Amino acid sequence: MIEKILNEITLKVWRQKNATAKGAFETYTVKNISTDTSFMEMLDILNYQLVEEGKDPIAFDHDCREGICGTCSLFINGRAHGPDNDITTCQLHMRKFKDGETITIEPWRGTAFPVTKDLIVDRNAFEKILYAGGFVSVNTGGVPDGNAIPIGYDESESAMDAAACIGCGACVATCKNSSAMLFVSAKVSHLARLPQGKVEAVKRAKSMVAKMDELGFGGCSNTGACEIECPKGISIASIAKLNREYLTAKFME
Amino acid sequence: MSKLISSSIGKKLFMSVTGLFLMMFLMVHLTINLLLIFDDTGELFNIGANFMVTNPIIKIVEPLLAVGFLLHMIYASFLTLTNMKARQVNYKRFNQTKSSSWASRNMYVLGALILTFLVLHIMNFYWKIKVDHSVAMVHYNGIEMHDTYSLVAGLFKSCLIYNLLYIAGAVFLGIHLTHGFWSAFQTIGWSSDIWRKRIEVVGKIFAFIIAAGFSIIPLYFIIKF
Repeated sequence: MIEKILNEITLKVWRQKNATAKGAFETYTVKNISTDTSFMEMLDILNYQLVEEGKDPIAFDHDCREGICGTCSLFINGRAHGPDNDITTCQLHMRKFKDGETITIEPWRGTAFPVTKDLIVDRNAFEKILYAGGFVSVNTGGVPDGNAIPIGYDESESAMDAAACIGCGACVATCKNSSAMLFVSAKVSHLARLPQGKVEAVKRAKSMVAKMDELGFGGCSNTGACEIECPKGISIASIAKLNREYLTAKFME
Repeated sequence: MSKLISSSIGKKLFMSVTGLFLMMFLMVHLTINLLLIFDDTGELFNIGANFMVTNPIIKIVEPLLAVGFLLHMIYASFLTLTNMKARQVNYKRFNQTKSSSWASRNMYVLGALILTFLVLHIMNFYWKIKVDHSVAMVHYNGIEMHDTYSLVAGLFKSCLIYNLLYIAGAVFLGIHLTHGFWSAFQTIGWSSDIWRKRIEVVGKIFAFIIAAGFSIIPLYFIIKF
């Protein structure tokens, strides 16, 4: 792809001093941005500009910038992780935007994800759901021989697909109900499909769902928006699996 | 079973089960209604309608149906309220056209429109037959029954507005079902990557049959009379 220069980009960015402050949108302009620039590099350029002007730089989450850690967020032009599929914000490039475009950048919105500063939200709610049951606590012994425990191809593939979840929170951010069902279902169906995780599957489904409800996430209305915006393309078939696990667990009580 | 009803998935289960039950009702309702367009003397429909009111199974199912409707509406309102609380600060720009269908995002609005239609529908027919007793009686083979055909056909012949309102009701219901059908299965957990596509296709066909089926009746009266 041939590099082009975007002469001018207008940015409407959510600025909020701290968790309790009332935030507002600020408008900024960045000039001469190469289409090969990543979205976050563009924000870095803007932050340099702000520092030189003596202003407070925009706070946003980022870490690996390789699309694997799940730290970056950002709601860009009305979509979680911006206008591209199967990527995190750090993998979004300016070639996805037009010259002279106005880009709206907002933090994830959700009662369970409070804004701490500017574009950073507190996603500890996900950790709390994991503490509630997203682990294996039975003794599974040492490393088994390669084929000692046979696992069906479909089962292992679906388990791996669900395990791809990086916990970025795009599912919650994009869901009209701020539901965490895709995240919870990814964890539950990943572990429930493997022999080590199966032992505690019932307990896990119950406690993780109870925690999710307690933390103020909404309910799932099966719109399917989460799987489209999920950078790892996790299917809502895992939500069906979670529903199955949870309802079976409840009816067995 | 403890706390099932208070959990988010438990509430969704109620939506799903009542939804599936209401869909079964729709199929029965449509089958009987279609008798309207096959016999202009009204005998066929009247006998069909009389069979439905005298049938002992229907007598048991009727109160269940009312409960089903109520639960579906109560839980929908409750869930919608919880879901709204889950995001108190809204996005300035929220673009979901690429990620979800319009129907799936507006189920509650569609439900409210269907409820409005339902009130009108009950006032037009059910109320007059069951409460008002203002419907004439007819005899076929010595059996006395309500002349439901004249009531329904009379309404559809009297005013074009009613025909259009009934078509609108059917269309709203169809749109509601394009998401509702497959969603009911997903909530129970009867879905996977392979089955989802199949259920979605069946759901769209079902939605079309319901919308088209119920629309044909007023259309028939517009065209013929």
